Amino acid sequence: MSTDSNTKYVGKAPSRVEGPLKVTGQAKYSAEFSVPDLVYGYVVSSPVAKGKIRKIHADKILALPGVIQVFSHENVPTLAWFDRSYKDDVAPGGSPFRPLHDDEIKFSQQPVALVVAETFELARYAASVLEIEYEQEKHATDVEALREKGQEPGSGKTGYKPPVRRGNADKGLSKAEHRIKQEYIHGTQHHNPMEIFGATVHYHPDGKLTVYDKTQGVYNCQQYLKKVFGLSADKARVVNLFMGGGFGAGLRPQYELFLSVLAALELKRSIRLSLTRQQMFSLGHRPHTVQTVELGTGPGGELLGLKHKAVHETSRFEEYTENVVNWSGMLYQCPDVHLEYEVVPLDVFTPLDMRAPGAATGSIGLEVAMDEMAYEAGIDPLEFRRRNYADRDQNEDKPFSSKKLREVYDEGARRFGWDQRKMEPRSMREGNKLVGWGMAGGVWDASMQKAAAKASITADGKLTVSSAAGENGTGTYTVMTQIAAETLGLPMEAVTAKLGDTTLPEAPVQGGSWTAATVGSAVKSVCEALGEKLLKLAQKMDDSPLKGAKPEDVEFVNGLIRLRKEPRQSVVLRDVLQVSGEREIEADSSVMPNPLNMQKYSMHAHNAVFVEVQVDEDLGTIHVTRVVNVVAAGRIINQKTARSQVLGSVVWGISMALMEETVMDHRYGRYMNHNYAEYHVPVNADVRDIEVHFVEEEDPHVNPLGVKGIGEVGLLGVAAAITNAVYHATGKRVRSLPLTIDKLL
Amino acid sequence: MNPFTLTRAASVDAAVRDFSGHEAAAYIGGGTNLLDLMKENVAHPQHLVGLNKLPLSSIESTTGGGLRLGATATNADTAWHAEVQQRYPLLSQAILAGASPQLRNMATNAGNLMQRTRCYYFYDTATPCNKREPGSGCAAIGGYNRIHAILGTSDSCIATHPSDMCVALAALEAVVQVQGPDGSRQIKFEDFHRLPEDAPERDNTLQAGELITSIDLPAQGFAENFAYLKLRDRQSYAFALVSVAVGLELDGNTIKEARLALGGVAHKPWRDKAAEHLLKGQPATEATFRKAAEAVLKEAKGQGTNDFKIELAKRAIVRALTQAAAGEQKASDVFTNSNP
Ligand SMILES: Cc1cc2nc3c(=O)[nH]c(=O)nc-3n(C[C@H](O)[C@H](O)[C@H](O)COP(=O)(O)OP(=O)(O)OC[C@H]3O[C@@H](n4cnc5c(N)ncnc54)[C@H](O)[C@@H]3O)c2cc1C
Ligand code: SF4
Repeated sequence: MSTDSNTKYVGKAPSRVEGPLKVTGQAKYSAEFSVPDLVYGYVVSSPVAKGKIRKIHADKILALPGVIQVFSHENVPTLAWFDRSYKDDVAPGGSPFRPLHDDEIKFSQQPVALVVAETFELARYAASVLEIEYEQEKHATDVEALREKGQEPGSGKTGYKPPVRRGNADKGLSKAEHRIKQEYIHGTQHHNPMEIFGATVHYHPDGKLTVYDKTQGVYNCQQYLKKVFGLSADKARVVNLFMGGGFGAGLRPQYELFLSVLAALELKRSIRLSLTRQQMFSLGHRPHTVQTVELGTGPGGELLGLKHKAVHETSRFEEYTENVVNWSGMLYQCPDVHLEYEVVPLDVFTPLDMRAPGAATGSIGLEVAMDEMAYEAGIDPLEFRRRNYADRDQNEDKPFSSKKLREVYDEGARRFGWDQRKMEPRSMREGNKLVGWGMAGGVWDASMQKAAAKASITADGKLTVSSAAGENGTGTYTVMTQIAAETLGLPMEAVTAKLGDTTLPEAPVQGGSWTAATVGSAVKSVCEALGEKLLKLAQKMDDSPLKGAKPEDVEFVNGLIRLRKEPRQSVVLRDVLQVSGEREIEADSSVMPNPLNMQKYSMHAHNAVFVEVQVDEDLGTIHVTRVVNVVAAGRIINQKTARSQVLGSVVWGISMALMEETVMDHRYGRYMNHNYAEYHVPVNADVRDIEVHFVEEEDPHVNPLGVKGIGEVGLLGVAAAITNAVYHATGKRVRSLPLTIDKLL
Repeated sequence: MNPFTLTRAASVDAAVRDFSGHEAAAYIGGGTNLLDLMKENVAHPQHLVGLNKLPLSSIESTTGGGLRLGATATNADTAWHAEVQQRYPLLSQAILAGASPQLRNMATNAGNLMQRTRCYYFYDTATPCNKREPGSGCAAIGGYNRIHAILGTSDSCIATHPSDMCVALAALEAVVQVQGPDGSRQIKFEDFHRLPEDAPERDNTLQAGELITSIDLPAQGFAENFAYLKLRDRQSYAFALVSVAVGLELDGNTIKEARLALGGVAHKPWRDKAAEHLLKGQPATEATFRKAAEAVLKEAKGQGTNDFKIELAKRAIVRALTQAAAGEQKASDVFTNSNP
């Protein structure tokens, strides 16, 4: 018998288990479920940014044959009284937006009515001719103009960390030999996943609902329905099996959920509701942020003082926060640090976490400033970072659970050929193009949450593992399958992973790059629990070679349970199941982060990005010709899906750097380029060579799997590195992103 | 989008008749622009006359040695047509610089001429727009006008015509053949699109019910020395901020004949005959090109967020003329991206 371990899947690169379903069109998305006897909804959005709805002339469209109802604040039934009932797991402080609650308009594109009809086309038409009278009030939406009105926010949002201060930054800076102080701005961005937000609500004859909703957290949505509509868990099942991208847009229950459930309950009918691409710009956004960074260095290039301030908007009703500046107190060694963070309430919808919220923004300010500082001090930008390497997390005064950023720098520089770089701007050319090399990096939380999972194995050796996690395209199904298969020594084909359904054990929303750590740990734990049961059954078999063995003495490999010390002593798992006579054996388990380790260690993932750009100076065009992104994020469970995450991050970074921005016309308080033709994200032609590499870290403290998560860290530094490369190419420092043609002319 | 009826006309006469017989009728080609406008409540036709059954999809030689592009031939079929590629590579390049393969497979030649502006405000019924709703005002003036015009604007509209294909057609002096309720006529390309003046709701000089049947190219195709240069916010699938179509005929280093048209800068493809005149008889040097570029932009007026286009257009003109003079773009490499 071979002792070869071909059921060791963790760390390998298996393809997505749901891939075939997706490419053959069998994977069903929320607005695609076929339910009998559907009616269709269409949302009417406010054209004004602030004011009141005076009158909704619904009668005219209700007279159209096939139009069933127009829901608005005028006829919405009494729902939850307290606005805290509308709070979800991810809600910031303040009072959540309540759709159709009253006549008040709080932001442009606010949903003001839902038209329900027998066909989608009719609902859309009726919505287009629905006459609504508004009373307009003066609005304010321009954060750049109103940034002096910023205030330090409260700590209403889970995970928010108030800005850190230590030592005396002004004093540190005053001792510096070289100093810089600059302002960095980037515009608003919208998540814009390919799949439009939508829901199909199946109204069952017994009044129960199955809600297929586009969400990154089915339990979060179920809780919301419970609190808002008083629906007990058995009355509202929420399902999301696949997502065509989320990026954070699906962290909070969006208004298609509220509206479709409202209509289903009121009409006692099944309903489908899909937003439009334009309405996708009303679901929250990465805020327009103004940052100021001040740095100073001593004779050896050591940072003596660091100040970083960020201001962005929030809505009038919620205090959205993200951690923008605190990374600056952590990424580099610096004794005197002063960080500030403020938000300005404006007449816009509440911003919403968007891939690497806060850090994606902060890393632009800090990492462009670091490049400026390196040039001011005359030190190579990478060498400058090495000299200021932080061996400890100074924000929390703790050691890192693991940190291989030095190795990341080395590996990145080697792969990119950084040593061939000439420091001086405008010193490298190819043909008639200027060539620039830039680098930057970042740091991101390695988080884990509480989660539960279930496992069951049938007599034929088929294992099912389930946990109500989300899968927004990142590879959760695959990672669950790999871990379960490896833990119980089964081929991946024998394992089915289930997720995204409130009939499954509870898991948190999919965000914060914690899903692999959280759900992966839960799956591992539940499979181990199941393994213990299987071991006991194996020990009951006649002549079992495992008699007396403890769980830690055995391993599950290649369909066998065998002694670790004497691998030849084994039993075939299938035989155990058969002999046991049981049809199905189950186990449940739940995991949570280890509070002791969390107290002792700072847990973070890091990366560094090296970029080459070519610039046609006359025409202002920039091509990102080469990117090397090296990531240290603990253990990598699936090389393929992890690499895909980082590739996607690089593409997004190119987008942030060069083209992505939702532009508001402040006279109307309205986003004007709210469609895919004018909201630009990269196309294939914009993306050239990308190399992704992982420096693996052995981290026994972070979680039982040793993983830190790679969904977000790869984005950090990409936009900054491109900005720095453009400076190196042209000698022009652009401090306002996106770096469009006009800014280089 | 309002309910509508749809018929598919079998002949040009039938199409024109069908159009005249209905209230608020519209022709529909590939639908890549019209359907979007209907979904966004900008266009409200009650009746659509489908054109894809008409015998207008061929591309054939004309007696004068030119080429006739059928009105319903797709942009893709036109750009990849052997004759177009060899004799009018400027047109091929321009078409392929536009939209995406999927859109070009649907879009028709007539539809391309007739496509409406991409002005953000025109598309958003929450804002005023004279083109959409005459007399309501122009929100782009004083607003976000990054993609708007710098030449030939008026106080009522600063929109651009977004087509790439039309910029090449303007440079090539194409002729538009139309048939309407009162018979057929031909329209010189320079007279086809119009400036906004005080009637921005009218993009062109086509009369109600007139159907484009073909676009005719004259014999001269500038296949040796041409360039189509498109500058945009990403490297494909974005409308032009500025584009330049150039055709030159050289005698040694002397310019014998010149065509120069710009896209993304005006309510119509902007051909500048005076600038062409400045080029003729001159040596093909940077100094000559600069002079022409300055002349084209002499009257240009920025609107705020599009101020950069004035300088960008000048540089683009110089670059495109340089490329054309050097014969850098080749009839055989229409496949390569026309980006710098
Ligand atoms: C996302 C996106 C990006 C794009 N990018 C570009 C770009 O970069 N460059 C570019 O040039 N274009 C671009 N386009 C526009 C595209 O080229 C046009 O939509 C297309 O050419 C229109 O052709 P169609 O046949 O689909 O027209 P339709 O949508 O069918 O019709 C458009 C108009 O033409 C009228 N019409 C159609 N046929 C006739 C006829 N025979 N006689 C009279 N009137 C007629 C219709 O009534 C309608 O008013 C883009 C479009 C989209 C949606
Ligand atoms: S520029 Fe023309 S199309 Fe745009 S808002 Fe003004 S009038 Fe309308």
